[in-house]
Amino acid sequence: MSGTKTLFDKIWQNHLVEVQDDGTCLLYIDRHLVHEVTSPQAFEGLANAGRKVRRPDLTLAVPDHNVPTTDRTARIESEEGRIQVETLQKNCKDFGVPMFDLQDIRQGIVHIIGPEQGFTLPGTTTVCGDSHTATHGAFGSLAFGIGTSEVEHVLATQTLLQSPLKNMRVTVEGALPNGCTAKDLVLAIIGKIGTAGGTGYVIEYAGKAIRDLTMEGRMTVCNMTIEAGARAGLVAPDETTFNYLMGRPMSPKAGAWEQAVEFWKTLPSDEGAFYDKEVTLDVSEIVPQVTWGTSPEDVAPITGTVPMPTSFKVDGKPEAAQASLDYMGLTAGMAITDITIDVVFIGSCTNGRIEDMRAAAEVAKGRKVAEGVRALVVPGSGLVKEQAEQEGLDQILLEAGFEWRDPGCSMCLAMNDDRVEPGQRCASTSNRNFKGRQGFGGRTHLVSPEMAAAAAVTGHLTDVRDL
Amino acid sequence: MQKFDKLTGVAAPMNMINVDTDMIIPKNFLKTIKRSGLGKNLFDEMRFDREGNENPDFVLNKPAYREAKIIVAGDNFGCGSSREHAPWALLDFGIRCVISTSFADIFYNNCFKNGILPIKVTKEQLDDLMDDAERGANATLSIDLESQTIQGPDGGEVKFEVDEFRKHLLLNGLDDIGLTLQKVDKVDSFEERQNASQPWLAGVAKV
Ligand code: SF4
Repeated sequence: MSGTKTLFDKIWQNHLVEVQDDGTCLLYIDRHLVHEVTSPQAFEGLANAGRKVRRPDLTLAVPDHNVPTTDRTARIESEEGRIQVETLQKNCKDFGVPMFDLQDIRQGIVHIIGPEQGFTLPGTTTVCGDSHTATHGAFGSLAFGIGTSEVEHVLATQTLLQSPLKNMRVTVEGALPNGCTAKDLVLAIIGKIGTAGGTGYVIEYAGKAIRDLTMEGRMTVCNMTIEAGARAGLVAPDETTFNYLMGRPMSPKAGAWEQAVEFWKTLPSDEGAFYDKEVTLDVSEIVPQVTWGTSPEDVAPITGTVPMPTSFKVDGKPEAAQASLDYMGLTAGMAITDITIDVVFIGSCTNGRIEDMRAAAEVAKGRKVAEGVRALVVPGSGLVKEQAEQEGLDQILLEAGFEWRDPGCSMCLAMNDDRVEPGQRCASTSNRNFKGRQGFGGRTHLVSPEMAAAAAVTGHLTDVRDL
Repeated sequence: MQKFDKLTGVAAPMNMINVDTDMIIPKNFLKTIKRSGLGKNLFDEMRFDREGNENPDFVLNKPAYREAKIIVAGDNFGCGSSREHAPWALLDFGIRCVISTSFADIFYNNCFKNGILPIKVTKEQLDDLMDDAERGANATLSIDLESQTIQGPDGGEVKFEVDEFRKHLLLNGLDDIGLTLQKVDKVDSFEERQNASQPWLAGVAKV
């Protein structure tokens, strides 16, 4: 097996600037995404030390976490949020960092805009001060989240000190059945390996079910890799990848394009390459997935029931499950479809792309949001929004009683004014169901966009296949 | 990072153990966008009352110690959370050195990252230094990192230990970034190679 390499090995070795005596690697960073929450102290550090940004041309900034999703010109109500956005604007100006500002149609969630612009490319290293940077792994880019002092390190040096990671391959076989999406696939994986299952690893996703996914779907899967504890997720680039990237504003231009594709084709793992761990899953029999608890591993099929805490055999899990049920206000044994909901959120870097908008509109078409339910659709970027409007999706959703909003992180983490109120229950297409994630006291059920729209029109968690 | 070679200054005595990071900088000051500016809230709950008035009994409010550059404190200084805001606040106030019998691990590391020298001494040495510090502005301490010594006001000298590598970083004002910047040639040549093999990567993002 010597001489054979995985996709991860190839990218890692391609980016080594230096290996120190203790094994720590100085890794070159090709793509750095920056947003307003985790960057202010990093820029401040640069300013205090009289340093500059080494490669502004490899850096792209966007405000997304704090931005209002109603009116682009509206003043950000929270003073702290407003200051963070203004600070980003000033820093980008001072340091010459390209930025998509609030009025720019290209503005959106940092992990949506990178791929959309062709900034994210196969074989690269991509970082951002944000754990869901894993999203970009869908393109065969080694992409992971970093802390504020590391953000400063990358800004100043375009490199990062890192220890090597282990390699895990998750092979997903079978064809996704009707009504099931990439979201259901990744929820099923997390349900199987748990939220610590990937700790210390980079996960490469392989197998027919992954190959069959669109780029949007692959991004959804890689996005939630972090919820399985792994630092990064990877999918080998193929024709689907190349077709998605061709002609994007920052993709290689004609001439360089052929050369790039030729190089990208050398990236997939070699036959017989070594993985530290292998997991296999067949998804041909799965049904739409829903979370019932406050950890993304608390997954159940929509056809199932809320589990008994005592049914878990892992140490500490029965107690954690009981605490989850108490917080979520659920009773063990009740049918998942009996869970009523107050809020629906369709958006986030997990499911805020055009396909997700289409999926939601498809279910919403000719139906009405149930009485008493508030349903928000928040496109992931200005360009997603524009395309959806060109396709008339906004009209379908508005007619059905959904709110159609401006792009941003929104109710994924409730840093702006979009919040789930205490005790309210939300069917959400985002990625984290932690206590209070969508607002203090809010209860989150993670689902696909189809399932979220289905819940919106019935008022309870619903098997979209039954509609 | 500011380099640290020699420091002469007033030492403020804090004769208490377990000075934790919550005391150093309470958590309501963490929602900032800055590392600087935290000095005014250093030891906030001890320094000020509820109305924001200075507590005259707190050491850093006493005339002799308002310009202190050194803190001499009891065992286990800097315990509690990992917040880097604690050394940021000390530094912003003007403290460049903390002397104690022991430090919490993370705080100890964070100090070096921010140009602060934490010095570990024995119990007897600490007692002597505490006595010196009690004498206020008349009794400055002089610290020489190169020779690893603390000079007391009466000519007494204390030798201390410090990790060679960390000493090197502090003496030269090198943080991780400073260190990596010393390898800029390697980064340059990496970029040259990459630019030749994958020319499509550069120059993509524009203002
Ligand atoms: S949408 Fe949610 S998960 Fe994604 S970057 Fe924004 S806050 Fe983070």
